[in-house]
Amino acid sequence: MRKLTTATAVAFGILAIGAGAVSAEKLTIGLASEPTSLDPHFHNLGPNNAMSVHIFDRLIAQDEKQRLSPGLAVSWEPVDDLTWEFKLREGVKFHDGSDFNADDVVCTMARAPDVPNSPSGYGTYLKGKEVVKIDDYTVHFKTEAPYPLMGNDISTIPVISELGCDSTTEDFNAGTAAIGTGPFKFQSYTPGESIVLTRNDDYWGDKPVWSEVEFRPITSGPSRVASLLAGDVDMISGVPTTDITTLKGNDDIQLSQGVSNRVIYLHMDQFRENSPFVKAIGGGDIKNPLMDVRVRKAISMAISRDAIVERVMEGVAIPAGQLLPEGFFGVSDKLDVVAYDPEGAKALLAEAGYADGFEMTIHGPNDRYINDAKIAEAIAQMLTRVGIKTAVETMPRSVYFGRASKGSPDGLPEFSFILVGWGAGSGEASSPLKSLIHTYDKDAGFGSSNRGRHSDPETDALIEEALRTVDDAKRQALLAQATERAIENVAIIPTHFQVNTWAAKKGLSYVARTDEYTLATGVVKE
Amino acid sequence: MTVFIIRRLLQALLVVFMMSVIVFFGVNIVGDPVYMLVSPDADQADIEAAISRLGLDRPILEQYWLFLKGAAQGDLGDSFIFGEPALKLILHHMPATMELAFSALILAIVIGIPLGLYAGLYPDSRLSKGIMAASIFGFSLPTFWVGLMLIMLFAVELRWVPATGRGDLGSFLGFQSSLFTLDGLSHIFLPALNLALLKISLAIRLTRAGVREAMGLDYVKYARAKGLSTRRIILVHVMKNIMIPVVTVMGLEFGSLIGFSVVTETIFAWPGMGKLLIDAILQLDRPVVVAYLMIIVLFFVLINLIVDILYSILDPRVRLQDQGA
Repeated sequence: MRKLTTATAVAFGILAIGAGAVSAEKLTIGLASEPTSLDPHFHNLGPNNAMSVHIFDRLIAQDEKQRLSPGLAVSWEPVDDLTWEFKLREGVKFHDGSDFNADDVVCTMARAPDVPNSPSGYGTYLKGKEVVKIDDYTVHFKTEAPYPLMGNDISTIPVISELGCDSTTEDFNAGTAAIGTGPFKFQSYTPGESIVLTRNDDYWGDKPVWSEVEFRPITSGPSRVASLLAGDVDMISGVPTTDITTLKGNDDIQLSQGVSNRVIYLHMDQFRENSPFVKAIGGGDIKNPLMDVRVRKAISMAISRDAIVERVMEGVAIPAGQLLPEGFFGVSDKLDVVAYDPEGAKALLAEAGYADGFEMTIHGPNDRYINDAKIAEAIAQMLTRVGIKTAVETMPRSVYFGRASKGSPDGLPEFSFILVGWGAGSGEASSPLKSLIHTYDKDAGFGSSNRGRHSDPETDALIEEALRTVDDAKRQALLAQATERAIENVAIIPTHFQVNTWAAKKGLSYVARTDEYTLATGVVKE
Repeated sequence: MTVFIIRRLLQALLVVFMMSVIVFFGVNIVGDPVYMLVSPDADQADIEAAISRLGLDRPILEQYWLFLKGAAQGDLGDSFIFGEPALKLILHHMPATMELAFSALILAIVIGIPLGLYAGLYPDSRLSKGIMAASIFGFSLPTFWVGLMLIMLFAVELRWVPATGRGDLGSFLGFQSSLFTLDGLSHIFLPALNLALLKISLAIRLTRAGVREAMGLDYVKYARAKGLSTRRIILVHVMKNIMIPVVTVMGLEFGSLIGFSVVTETIFAWPGMGKLLIDAILQLDRPVVVAYLMIIVLFFVLINLIVDILYSILDPRVRLQDQGA
């Protein structure tokens, strides 16, 4: 039987190679998560944005490290404090043959924030910005206050043709309106089944190697790996960490890994005198120890990030000492990963008056980040070892995020100590600083995900100044300074940066991206 | 019979209404869909706008009233995630599930009944004992595990069939289905087998028990005495009598095939309603979950009705009327 199996496998292998040679330029990718629409302005969601990059260019592109580079705009510069001038690329054609010009940009920026039924639109990035056409290849973006992140914001908006501006989401899903300037053209879309794109031979930039790309959503991890092993697909995203070791030993499979912009961190209740999930040993009430910076520091020191990375993440993660990995705009070069020091942590706890420790519960999601529940368990054990008796409660993300954001009876964050992650969509440090560290301020839109309600006026001032500073070098310094202060105050405790893994059949590799996107243009033949 | 059917339909309506209460409130208590939908970059104002756009800021009773009003007009609400009517989404994914459930049912009948018949006629043969032992495995092994094993064996090791996905569609008599193309059949084979395993075992056991019982009954002895061929006794007389429980159970199981396809569809990335449901549950797309459950309830009610009607055809002694009504 074994012989027969091998013989069949060999026979099929030969057939597969034969078939491969004919359609060598067709690529099939198994996706871990499916886009919810092909309308590029419908849902501001990772998988949707990744898919739309194929069909629709942005004015400014983000490379694999989320650095900005010219897209449909050849240059963008502030001409005064309140105006950014974008010079558009000439001679670019849409898939239907029409010319790209300023009118397309103006109508794109009008449609993007305003799509009917959109679950989460792009208005976030276009608030307070007015677009004015100067001539066919020049547009101005006007703001009410100096705004340095214009490039980052505009790089998130896919540009559609003027003819598509009146189209509905259904028109895009049907393909009739899915007309962009991107490297691939729409071929077919069957929700839940496949998205097929063909090469745009008139593309203005580097032409893709693949003449046809098929994306297949395969959400179950083991099935995705099996599909790759069976040769159904050429590449998969989101390789489960448990399969990485096995796949590494497989000569027919090539793994590609890269750090992401996503930091996994802990938020601590810093706004309630009596925190609901923090108790004295034995269960009595206690004044919230997490308000004391020494306690927060002790918690940080009690966590062995190396152990999390090595044991829980099977080596596929990077210990974190700040909000973004090195290489990103605005990170500090002065911050190191906090060293594991349980004795020091105990001493600090004793100094703060908690020599006997206390009890608390760590809450976290169990289906959102790589190994999230296991990380929470590991952290609880480490804290228990230094005297903070920590219980673990994890739940599906659909329940978790609502409760963590406003689950208490008065609409405040419900938990005391939580595990969360943050991906910096803009690819620079103001994104986590603004949302996680800045004081919660509903009117100004700051601190929207600051679930520990950390508040430090000086850090706030640094962040706000950075967000007003157009000069890159000065802003970089301010962001680094704000990060240093936040880490010094232990506003949050970063544990590690997620590393993403793609697997492809032998001969293919993927240029790993920090934004976790899976792009056909990043798949290269070796 | 007409009165019976009308009465049953009215009962069905009541069941559906009660389900709508349970399902709607049950689903709406759990979690908060807003945080599943909005981009992390959204600020507080964006989040509030999303809440009010979805109508989640209204009291739950008002939400339910709006749902009922819509449902009466055939509108079960719009999917939070796709922005399309939930009913339309489900109907769009229904053919894939139906062809999977149908194929599984056919497999269960075609494989299960002959094997059960054999095991019933020759209970002491080794083959029969083997069949019965295998059926225990069919009952007890978890579907998701068997599914993965099937993939590893037939798709990864042997490479006979593809591991996941649905194949090309063919058209026949106006129906679009992957059952009409070779590529489609190769794709559906594994998931259908996976889904059918439990039902095959069930069919084997039911048929065997029925045959064992019938073979000792007087009418079989009489038929033998009359000199009918064994073939005719088994295929006409015995089969007809044992088919009643088999049809009942298989009919009811068709409903559970559709319900259980959730697991199989997830493993085989089969684009059916079950996969839609799982995704909707994970992302808290409430309208889709509610609409799906309403449709499944309706299904079960209708299948029960059809089974009752089939009874009366198979066994004239069964009268379609309410007991004690």
